[in-house]
Formats: sequence, structure tokens, C-alpha cells
Amino acid sequence: MVEIAIYPPNSLILADLIERKGHTPLALQKQIRQKIKDPEIDSPPMNITEDDPIKGLKYAAIEVPSGVRGRMSIIGPLIDAAEAAIIVDGAPFGFGCIGCARTNELSTFLLRDKNIPTLEVTYPTNRDETFEMVNQINDFLDSLDELVKSDGDFKDGVPEEEKENLEVVEKELKED
Amino acid sequence: MVKIALVSCGTEYSGVQKEIEKAALTFGAEIILPEIDLDYIEEACTKFGFSAQSSSLKLMIARAMSIVEGKSKADAVFIATCFRCAEGALVRNAVRKFIQDNTRIPVVTYSFTERTKADELFIRMEALATTVTRRSILAREKQEGLTLGIDSGSTTTKVVAMENNKVIGTGWTETKDIMESVFIGVDEAFADTEYTLDDVDGIGTTGYGRINIGKQLNAELIQEELSVNAKGAVYLAGHQKGEATVLDIGGMDNKVITVNDGIPDNFTMGGICAGASGRFLDMTSRRLDVTIDQLGPLALQGNYRNALLNSYCIVFGIQDLVTTLAAGGSKADAAAAACHSVAEQVYEQQLQEIDLREPLIQVGGTSLISGLVEAVSEMLGGINVIVPEYSQHIGAVGAALLVSGMGHRQDK
Repeated sequence: MVEIAIYPPNSLILADLIERKGHTPLALQKQIRQKIKDPEIDSPPMNITEDDPIKGLKYAAIEVPSGVRGRMSIIGPLIDAAEAAIIVDGAPFGFGCIGCARTNELSTFLLRDKNIPTLEVTYPTNRDETFEMVNQINDFLDSLDELVKSDGDFKDGVPEEEKENLEVVEKELKED
Repeated sequence: MVKIALVSCGTEYSGVQKEIEKAALTFGAEIILPEIDLDYIEEACTKFGFSAQSSSLKLMIARAMSIVEGKSKADAVFIATCFRCAEGALVRNAVRKFIQDNTRIPVVTYSFTERTKADELFIRMEALATTVTRRSILAREKQEGLTLGIDSGSTTTKVVAMENNKVIGTGWTETKDIMESVFIGVDEAFADTEYTLDDVDGIGTTGYGRINIGKQLNAELIQEELSVNAKGAVYLAGHQKGEATVLDIGGMDNKVITVNDGIPDNFTMGGICAGASGRFLDMTSRRLDVTIDQLGPLALQGNYRNALLNSYCIVFGIQDLVTTLAAGGSKADAAAAACHSVAEQVYEQQLQEIDLREPLIQVGGTSLISGLVEAVSEMLGGINVIVPEYSQHIGAVGAALLVSGMGHRQDK
């Protein structure tokens, strides 16, 4: 079982796909749930207080707007805990959304920079692309236990070593 | 209850949602979120024409559009985005202008940090609630009868008596004991008239001591200085219609208020650094051995570039001026440098935060320092700066104007 960060971090569809394969999605909802269940805090709607954007300083400097740091105080620990990641680019609001483009940029950068198995896909625009995206995600999830065990660098969801071999083969094929 | 629509990019993520709601509630208003369909967001953004990257800003645009199109009902709008967010600032101003251009709903904007507290928002919420519940008062463009305006500021107390749309007397004294200062000001204001306090139709109070004074004198109007100063400024400048910016560089704090048809819609208030206040100019005039009245004309004769002034701090700033004078620099250059320094700081710390609209109406005691007015205009690229008559009594004039029609003491 692998703990997987997702982007958008509150995508129910991604979380569901991950759970179906026996892994643990690091979804935003669980973090928010923990906060709103805390009886000691009374700062509706999400119990985010002045302290949270200050905690977000771990991920973004003081000159970064408080909204980004507040969001990062919740998303950042999920990224820290991630053993793998799935990033869906160009998704509409309904698929999942954190609302702030700067937070999106920082979150996806931190995930890419983490050197963990990461799958990046583009949000589908038709039925075929949808099947393809789901298959890609499922294949990635199936391979994760092995990928996480391997100790190498990762690029596009595969170990860097394999990626480099692949690039050599592709280059040779082109030359031929 | 006044319904204030919150149009923001996510105040809940900065931990300030509760503070905004608390501030609204304090002034008998409630915060509402315009409800919209998901599909409406893209439609609204396409109509609006701003391609925001952040989806919360798209939501913000859609909420504004739903208010303009009448899909959501609100008495007032509070627009807020994160401080230091460039995209947020662009959308905030675009949305503000869009609502103002297409509705008569009062709007106030704010850029928040996680440190924003309810009391910082009080004056804005009070101003919003006022513009909803007292729109008829703010619409007043002419003073009638005999009214008295009292502005109890942190440094000075100003009193103005008005009769039939004219200022008939003014009083000005340092604020010491609140009520004693008021009575000194009242005596001064009525000195050249045959009237006494018993003859007035109504009393309006504003400034820090407004509530205490208002209660003791049974004032008909007790109003925050945001609405009052804005109204007083556009009234005295003869600019009651259209847009304008009111600048008040005070002894302790500075206010910049943008107004639309005489009603304030945004403002910033600074007061952290004394180097950007009238206090610095007061100290400069003492060091140069001139009165504060002489400082302005003296500054106009000098060139700030000839004086060394490397620090914005009031202490180090004065030290720099001393160094300039010791090196044989002229008093005029030092005066010009002091005025330029204050103008530069106000520009960098406050005017840049606000959507500046011409004309700029400069008010407050420092507006009488001609060198400072010139420096402000130069700083803003030669913008038209209006200093109306009685600009130092702006709050008291605004209070006397707004209370007009509310007071019927003589009828009783």
C-alpha cells in the first residue's frame, strides 16, 4: 500500500481510483475533516485560523499571499507524506479545485521536486481520452509497489534509469 | 438586517472569515455568499472578459456578475483578496468598477493578510452599513439651517458652524480633555456670530471621540470619519459627482479614500511610521526654526535633490537634515526634502495600494503645507491636486453638512 498525493488535492475521482487499487489517497478532505472536528477551534467554515498561514511559511515565504500559505498549511503536509503522486493538468472545477493558481503551481512543483514516482496526465476531452487516462492511472497504481521499492530517481512515473534506457532506444530507432 | 455579499478569492483559507463576519455583525449586517451554478462561472467570466488563472477569482467574477444581473440579492458588497497577490488585485479592482458601473450598490474593497482582525474592518463595515441605511443622508449635497460639526481627532479637535450652506465659524484646538476641547472649539466657532450651542438645529460628531461627545451633546449624527471626511472633501472641492480620491496626511495617521458620487468605496489607513506623517514635518519646522505655516512656502523655494535624506525613519530623517544643514545646505532644500520624503512614503506605502482616481483632494492640517501638496502632485506625475477652503476642518464640515436635515431642535 502506497500513500499517494493527488492533484487536484480534493479530487474525489482520483481518490476513488486510488482506493480501489488498495492504496491510500492523500486527499484534502481528510485534512479538512480533522480540522473541523477539532472542538477547540471555532473559526468557521474550515477552522483555519491566523496560525495556519504562519504554518504555511514552511512552504512559502512571508511575501507570498496569506491565501497561498493557508492552503499550503493543509496541502504541504500531504505532499510531505507522499510516496507517489498523480497530477491531472487542466481539470475543470467539478473534478477538483483548490481555487488559487499560485497554490497550484507551488503544489505541483513540490510534487515534481520530490523525486517520487509521479504520473502526470492531461484532463481528457472525449470518451477515448477518458478511457486512456483511467487506464494510465490504473497501470501506474498497479506498478507502484514495485516502483516505490526501487531506489532510483523518478521521471514521468518510472525510475530515471529506465527512462534513460528508453530514451536511448528511442534515439537509436530514430537514427535507424 | 443589512446583507453584505462577500466577493472574495477565499478568505476562509487565510483564517479571516470569522473576523469579517464579526465586523459585519457589529454594525447590524450579515455576510452572505452569492450562490451560483457551476456552469455559470465560465459564462460569467466570458461575459466579464478577464481570463483569470485562479478558479477562486473566476468564482469571484461570477459572484459579482450574479449581483449585477440580479440573480443574487445584496444590499452592499465587500470585495476582498489576499494582500500581495497581483492577479487578485487586478480582479479586485476590475470587479469593483464593474459593480459600481452597473449598480447603485455600495462597494468596499480590502486586501487582507492572516493578521487582519475584526476591528480593522469595523470602519469599513460601518461605512458600508451606513451607505445602505443612510444613503439619503450621504446623498445630501447642500447644508441647510444652523448646524454644528465636531471632529474630535487624536491630536486636534475641530468645530465648524454652518448656516444655509456656508461656513460661518471655525474652531481648532489641541485635543486634551475631550469635552473641554469641544467647548473651546465651539466658543471659537461661534465667536464672530450671535449664536450659542442652544441655537443649533443639529449636531454631528466624528473622529476618535465621536461616540462619547455625541452621547453627551445628544448629537443627531454620530458617524465614522470615512464617510464624513469623504463627504466633506467632495462638498468643499465642489466635486460631488463622479470619482475622486481624498488624501488626509494627519498628525498620527494617514487616510486615502476613494469616492464615487460622494460615497466612499475604498480606503487605506496608515500610521505605523511617524516618518510618513505630519509629525515629521512638525519636527522639521522646529529644527529649521520656522513655524509650520512657513514650512510649505519655504519648501517651494528649495530643491529636495540638494539635501541628503536617506532614511524614512523620523529619528534618522531628522539626523540627515541636521547633517545637510551642518554641511552648509539651505533651509529651503531641507524643507523641500522633508516634504518630498513624506510624500514619497505615503505614495509607496498607501497610494500604491489603492486605485487612484483623479482629482486628488488633499485635506487635513498638512494640506496647508504647500510644499507637501506640491511634492504629492509631483510624486504622482503632476496629477491635479485640489486643496479646498477649510481643508483642515474637513471632518467637522462633513459632519455639519450630513447632520443638516436631521436636526429639528428649534422645532421642539
